[in-house]
Amino acid sequence: MDDPRSTLSGIPLSPVYGEGPLPGEYPYTRGVHSDMYRSRLWTMRMFAGFGTATDTNGRFRELLRSGSTGLSTAFDMPTLMGRDSDHPWSLGEVGRAGVAVDTVEDMADLFADIDLGGVSTSMTINGPAAIVLAMYVVVAEQGGVERGQLAGTLQNDILKEYQAQKEYIFPPRPSVRLVTDVIRFTAAEMPRWNPVSVSGYHIREAGSTAVQELAFTLANGFAYVEAAVAAGLDVDAFAPRLSFFFNSHVDFFEEIGKFRAARRIWARWLRDRYGAVDERSLKLRFHTQTAGVSLTAQQPETNIARVAIQALAGVLGGTQSLHTDSHDEALALPSEAAARTALRTQQVIAHETGVTGVADPLGGSAYVEWMTDEVERRAEEVFAHLDEIGGGSILEGVHEGIQSGWFMGEIAESAYRFEREVNAGERIVVGVNAYTEGNGSPGAELLRVGQETEDDQLARLATVRSRRDSAAVTASLRRVVADATDPEANLMPSLIAAVRARTTVGEIVEALEGVFGTYVETAVV
Amino acid sequence: MVDTGLPIRVVLAKLGLDGHDRGLKVVARMLRDAGMEVVYLGLRQTTDNIVAAVEQEDADVVGISMHNAGHLTLGPLIVKALGEAGLAVPVVIGGIVPDADLPELEAAGVAAVLGPGASVEEVVTTVRSAAGRDGST
Repeated sequence: MDDPRSTLSGIPLSPVYGEGPLPGEYPYTRGVHSDMYRSRLWTMRMFAGFGTATDTNGRFRELLRSGSTGLSTAFDMPTLMGRDSDHPWSLGEVGRAGVAVDTVEDMADLFADIDLGGVSTSMTINGPAAIVLAMYVVVAEQGGVERGQLAGTLQNDILKEYQAQKEYIFPPRPSVRLVTDVIRFTAAEMPRWNPVSVSGYHIREAGSTAVQELAFTLANGFAYVEAAVAAGLDVDAFAPRLSFFFNSHVDFFEEIGKFRAARRIWARWLRDRYGAVDERSLKLRFHTQTAGVSLTAQQPETNIARVAIQALAGVLGGTQSLHTDSHDEALALPSEAAARTALRTQQVIAHETGVTGVADPLGGSAYVEWMTDEVERRAEEVFAHLDEIGGGSILEGVHEGIQSGWFMGEIAESAYRFEREVNAGERIVVGVNAYTEGNGSPGAELLRVGQETEDDQLARLATVRSRRDSAAVTASLRRVVADATDPEANLMPSLIAAVRARTTVGEIVEALEGVFGTYVETAVV
Repeated sequence: MVDTGLPIRVVLAKLGLDGHDRGLKVVARMLRDAGMEVVYLGLRQTTDNIVAAVEQEDADVVGISMHNAGHLTLGPLIVKALGEAGLAVPVVIGGIVPDADLPELEAAGVAAVLGPGASVEEVVTTVRSAAGRDGST
């Protein structure tokens, strides 16, 4: 059924049911658009990245041919940590869990033959996010696309790195300054760009509960609002471009309640606490990814069912874009065939199930409304705690919670509680602690990235280093250091100049570490 | 290995840049609850750091967690580094390791591999067995 305006049996449907506030009306609990997916489906944005830039470019083009409507880039661990492929720490990790990007030339290969003026691109990177954005701008301009035309999202959410994902480089305060530099730059020059994707996904994957995911993420969002306002921006100048990224886990109604509560909380806080008046500032838009951590290595085909249910929760929760995990992800990076099945899962939901015909179809359900209220109430308790330890500032409360290890302790406690429940058989995980017949059967072909990728990337990097103008590189790094030292300066212009000179990610990061320092966490177990 | 009657001492670390530490933290608590002494080194450790900790802490087992497909490079590297330091301490790898890679890791001297979904019992038994202390704490 591809006509969302009537059911399979021909029963005509209204775009929405129930009394106000309706979808598209404050506080947007029921959705940010009045007719939601009737007028526009969510963006099917599949996260991809492995090997060299050329390898990933091939996967991108395959996904676009298969009906993906946006791109999403996974970088390898050295790139995420701001280290070049030839750094000693990078050994064994080049191109293994994402694509390796050392210089703007890799970025050019990554997006070769893709119209950057016509596609929206998400880039999942945080510590070196500003550098990678600079590369994207340079590649686009080399291809004749002005920065103002570029549409996409930079994850650029450093706070959750200290709390959960652990891909930090510099200490929190200079890192937040880099985030606000990007916000200021895109607010002025890239109106179609989302400068931060405030992300709960990784908090959840690290073991948090749904409530913790929601509360920590929105608190981080409030923290960025406070930081950008402190940097001199009007809240309505940037808040419309803040976006969010949530996990869709397997507890169906809790997830839907979480998404609905997220919109209501954001709208209220932005209006009442931060004084936003532009309606677009109040509307929380989000990307959803199904829960990688819920996937099992045992009987991996079972994951197709988990992913479908989680994806449906994201859609019923009103997501703006969606990545569905591939069923082989507990074993390796997604194979092309598994990634296609995951995309097909979204297409089945979009075009066959009819759930797109009515906005917020669960609105008014006693259970769903209660769950939404309950998740909101519990999240508000967390905000009150952070506001208190921050002396009336959520930004300071988040800094304090990172410094004291509070976030990490809360997440680790939840992760351990879940493991104990599974081990005690109090929670059933199909194929793991129940229904294990069929485990150990030979699985499908996995994606393997071998040592040759690392060797190939090292050769590419050596070539760029030998061909570039080293005096220009040195000069560009001097300018980066000067701007980093000046708290009033915005680093984006000097980063753009540096990447244009073929200065590497690692060289820029090391220069910045000279000014900002390097973060080392105190482990909390 | 002689059973001294003392608790098994385990050094746990993430080797390399990979930041996925959920599993290793859960394992740390599992082993502690089973009566072992856990030295948790945490993230971004080098082979040198790990060898130094094993030596200083007189560890019985080293547990390395890897989720970024670097195990075939980094697993053998830590075994070799311990060997070169004259430390006959078994290495257990946990994380995302495809079955097809197990023979290569075994050949490189890795004592055991714990995959996704391993139960508390499997984790504890594997570490005890690697320490040559089956049936004790």
